[in-house]
Amino acid sequence: MTQILQYLVMPLVHIVVALAAILTFIALNGLILVYVERKVAGFIQRRPGPYEVGPQGLLQPLADALKLMAKQLVMPRGADSILFWAAPLLSFTPVAICLMPIPFGPNLTGWNVNLGILLVLAFSGLNVLALCLAGWSSNNKYSLLGAARAVAQSVAYEIPLLLSVLCIAFTTGSLNFADVTASQSHGLFSWNIFVQPLAFLIFFIAALAETNRAPFDLPEAESELTAGFHTEYSGMGFGLFFLAEYSYMIVVSAVGSVLFLGGWNGPFLSGHWWMLGKIYALILVMMWFRWTYPRVRFDQLLNICWKWLIPLSLMNLLGTALIINLVR
Amino acid sequence: MQDKSSFNLDGDYYSSKFAEQRKGEGDTLILNLGPQHPSTHGVLRVMVELDGEYVRRAEPVLGYIHRMHEKMGEVKTYVQYLPNMGRVDYLHALAWNWAYVGAVERLMGIEVPPRAEYIRVITCELNRICSHLLWWGAYVLDLGGFTPILYAFDDRENIMDILQMVTGSRLTYCYYRFGGVSSDITSEFIAQTRAFVDRFRKRIPMYHDLVTGNMILRGRCEDIGVISLEMAKRYGATGPVLRGTGLPYDVRRAEPYSVYNQIDFDIPVSEAGDAMARYDVRLAELEQSLRIIEQALQQLPDGPYISADVPERIVPPKGEVYFAVEGARGKIGVYLISDGSDKPYRIKLRAPGYSNLHVFAELAQGTILADAISILGSLDLVIPEIDR
Amino acid sequence: MTTIRKTLNGLWSLIVGLKVTGKEFCKPWLTVHYPRQEVNNLNTYRGHIELVSLSDDPGKPKCVVCRRCEEICPSDCIRIEMHTPEESHLPDRPLMLISGVPLAGSVAKDPLCEGDKLLRVLDGFYLNYNMCSLCGLCVQNCPVSSLTFSQEVYLAGQKRSDFEFDLLQRLQEDAYKPIKSYH
Ligand code: SF4
Ligand code: SF4
Repeated sequence: MTQILQYLVMPLVHIVVALAAILTFIALNGLILVYVERKVAGFIQRRPGPYEVGPQGLLQPLADALKLMAKQLVMPRGADSILFWAAPLLSFTPVAICLMPIPFGPNLTGWNVNLGILLVLAFSGLNVLALCLAGWSSNNKYSLLGAARAVAQSVAYEIPLLLSVLCIAFTTGSLNFADVTASQSHGLFSWNIFVQPLAFLIFFIAALAETNRAPFDLPEAESELTAGFHTEYSGMGFGLFFLAEYSYMIVVSAVGSVLFLGGWNGPFLSGHWWMLGKIYALILVMMWFRWTYPRVRFDQLLNICWKWLIPLSLMNLLGTALIINLVR
Repeated sequence: MQDKSSFNLDGDYYSSKFAEQRKGEGDTLILNLGPQHPSTHGVLRVMVELDGEYVRRAEPVLGYIHRMHEKMGEVKTYVQYLPNMGRVDYLHALAWNWAYVGAVERLMGIEVPPRAEYIRVITCELNRICSHLLWWGAYVLDLGGFTPILYAFDDRENIMDILQMVTGSRLTYCYYRFGGVSSDITSEFIAQTRAFVDRFRKRIPMYHDLVTGNMILRGRCEDIGVISLEMAKRYGATGPVLRGTGLPYDVRRAEPYSVYNQIDFDIPVSEAGDAMARYDVRLAELEQSLRIIEQALQQLPDGPYISADVPERIVPPKGEVYFAVEGARGKIGVYLISDGSDKPYRIKLRAPGYSNLHVFAELAQGTILADAISILGSLDLVIPEIDR
Repeated sequence: MTTIRKTLNGLWSLIVGLKVTGKEFCKPWLTVHYPRQEVNNLNTYRGHIELVSLSDDPGKPKCVVCRRCEEICPSDCIRIEMHTPEESHLPDRPLMLISGVPLAGSVAKDPLCEGDKLLRVLDGFYLNYNMCSLCGLCVQNCPVSSLTFSQEVYLAGQKRSDFEFDLLQRLQEDAYKPIKSYH
C-alpha cells in the first residue's frame, strides 16, 4: 500500500500539481508578456503604449482577454469544423508539457526526467502540426499559404536547433536539464554561452524561427498574408494561438537560459528569480528584434538555415566532439 | 441564415475573367489581394495567380476610389475646382494644387509675384518630404518593419505643424490660388522651417542606420523588380521610378517652372533599376528638398504674396493648356480646355501613379509573393491619385 | 571571402539597427496624450467658418448679404436667408465694401445698397459643415471680411444635424456669453 502510494500516487499528484502550476504560470505570463510587448513597442516607438485601463494600463491585457473570451466564435463556410477547433487547442496544450522538465529553481522542477531535453524538443514540434491544421482547415487561401510556410520553416529550423542543443548535450554528457544546470554552477564563465557561443547564437536564431517571431514571422506575415494561418480565427480561437505564441516564447527562453545562461545559477538572489530574470531577458531581446527588423523573405529564410546555420552548427558539433574526445 | 445561393462564390467579373485566362498547366491558386489588404495602401485590388508562392500573373484592378475628379472639373467653376486638387493625391496635395493653378495661370497669362513663387517652392518641397517620409515608413511596414513608420511620422508631424501655420490644414491642402497663395508666410514659419531643416538633416543618418543599411531590408530590395530604362519609357513611368533606372528626368529641370532654375539642386539617379534604386533615389531626394528649401528661404524676396491683378471672376480665354510639375511620385500634368466660359470644358489630370502602377503587372511575373508586395510598395502608389 | 565579409557587415548592420531602437527606447514619449495634454498649435487650425461681428456691436455680423460666399462655395454648404425690409427700416451702416458690384450672372444680382443704407438684412446663415472642404474660398472672397475660421477642433457628433449650424444664431449667442475659448 505504501509502495503504491510512494511510486504511483505521489508522482501523479506531483505531476498534476506541477501541471496546474505551470498552466497558471503560462496564463499569468501570457498576460504579462502581452503588456510588456506592447509597452516595449510603445517605448521604442516613443509612445506610451497601453495607458488607459488601470494604472499605467496594467489591466489592459485583462480587458483584452475578456474581450477575446466574450467574442463570438465564427467559422468560415466550408471549413472542417473538427480540425478548425482542434488546431488552437493543439497548439496550446503541448506548451504545458514542454515546461514540465525545466528546473525553475533548485527544487522547482515539474518533472525531473532524464530525457528532459528530448521531451521538450519532441513536444515543441507539435506546434507546427497545429499551424498546419489551422491553415488547412480554414478554407482560406491566405491561411493555406501561411500553413505551408509554417511547415517548411519549422522543418528547416528544427535541424540547427537540435544540432546546437546537441552540442550542450555533448559537453555535459546528459539530456537532463538538472545536470546541465549543475554543470554551469561554477561561476559566470562556466555558463555555456561562453563555452559554446556559436551554439547559443544558432539556438537563438533557430528559436526565433521556431516560435515564428519577427524577423521570421512568415506564417503570419500580415503585410503579405493578412494574418497567415490564423486569418479566420476570432475570439478565443485567436486568443489561444496568441497565448501559444507567447508560451512558446517562454519555453524557448526557458530552455535557452537553462542550456546556455546557467539556469537558476546566480549569486545573491534565490534561484527562481535568476531563472525568471534570464527568461525575461531573452524574451525582451526577442521583442527588441521584432520592433527593429523588417521581415526576411521566405527563400532567404531557408537559405539562412540551409546555407549558414546547418553547416555552422554541424561544424560546431564536430569541433565539440573532437575537443571532448581529445580532452578525455 | 443566409441562403448559400445568394453568394456569388465565383467572384465578380474581374476574378472570373482572370480565372479564365489561367496560364499554368498544373495547380495554380488565384488569390485576390485587396481591395482591403494591409499592403495595398488603400483600395487597390490585385489579382494574382500563384504557383506555390510564385506569382505567375498579376493584374491590378482599379476604380475602387474613383471620385470623378475630372468630371467634377466640368461642372465647377475654375475657382471652385481648387479644393478638389488637394484630394487627388492627398500625400502631395500641394503639387497638384500647383499643377492646376499653374495651368490656369498659363492660360490666362497671370503673372505670379516672386515672393509667391518662392513660397510655393518652399511649401511644395516641404510637402514632398512629407510624402516621401510616409512612403518610406509604409514601405518598410510592407516589408514587416513596424517601427520606422513611427519615426517617420515624428518628422512628418513636424512638417504638418509648419504647413498648418500657413495653410490651416494638415493633409488636404488648398493653399495655392491663381496668382499666388492664399496667405503669406510668417517669420515664425520661416524660423520653424529653418529649425526643421537642421533637425531633419541630423535625423537622416538615423534613418540610414535603422533601415537603409539593414541587411534584411537590402535582401528584400536588391535585385527585386528590376525596371529597365526601355521598360520605364514604354509604360510612361516618371518620378523616382524613372530616375531609379538611371535617367535624370525631373520636370523641375526638364521643363523648369516657377523659380526652380534659380535654385541649385541635383537630380538623384540610380542605375540599378531595382527596388533598392528607387529607395535610394527617394531618400536622396529628401536631402535635395532640404537644399531647395534652404536656398529658397535665403532668396525669399519681399513683396505681395498674391498678384493684385487677378480678375474677380476667372474666365480664361478660349484655348487649351498643359502644365506639368514634379510631384513626389512623378510628373503631374493638368491638361485643360477652355471654351471661354467660367467652367473648364474638359480637364484631364495626368496622375503619375497610374503609369507607375502598370509596370507592376510585368514586374511581378515570376517573382515570389513577398517580392511582389515589395515591388508594389517600391512604386509608391497612392490609390486615390490613380483612380482620381 | 567576400561573402563572409559581406555577411559580417550585414550582421553589424543588424546591431546598428538595434542600437538605434535601443536609443529611442530610452528617450521620452513624443505623443501628445490627448485628454491630459493638448497640442499647442490649435491657434493655426482652421475649423469651420464663423461670422465676424461688427466691432461696435458683437451681436451683429459685418455681413452685407452679398451672397458671394454662398455662390463660390464649391461644396454648396452655405445657405443664406435674407429679406429686403421696408424703406423705413433699412439698416443704417457705413459700408466698408471693397467692391460692392454684384457679379454678373450671380445669385446676388439685386442691388446691395443704396447710399449708406444696406438694402438687405441677414435672417439666417446656415452652414452645412458635413460637406465643407475647408478650402477657405468663402473667407477669402467675403468683401467685408465677415467670415473667419473658428478654431474648433474638438467637434464630434452622432448625426448629421449636429454639424449643421446657424452661424447667425451662434454669433448672437456668443455675444452674450463671456469670452469663449475652445481649449
Ligand atoms: S471653406 Fe470652402 S467649402 Fe467650406 S464653406 Fe467656405 S467655401 Fe464652402
Ligand atoms: S461674402 Fe461675406 S458679406 Fe457676402 S454674404 Fe457672405 S458673409 Fe456676407
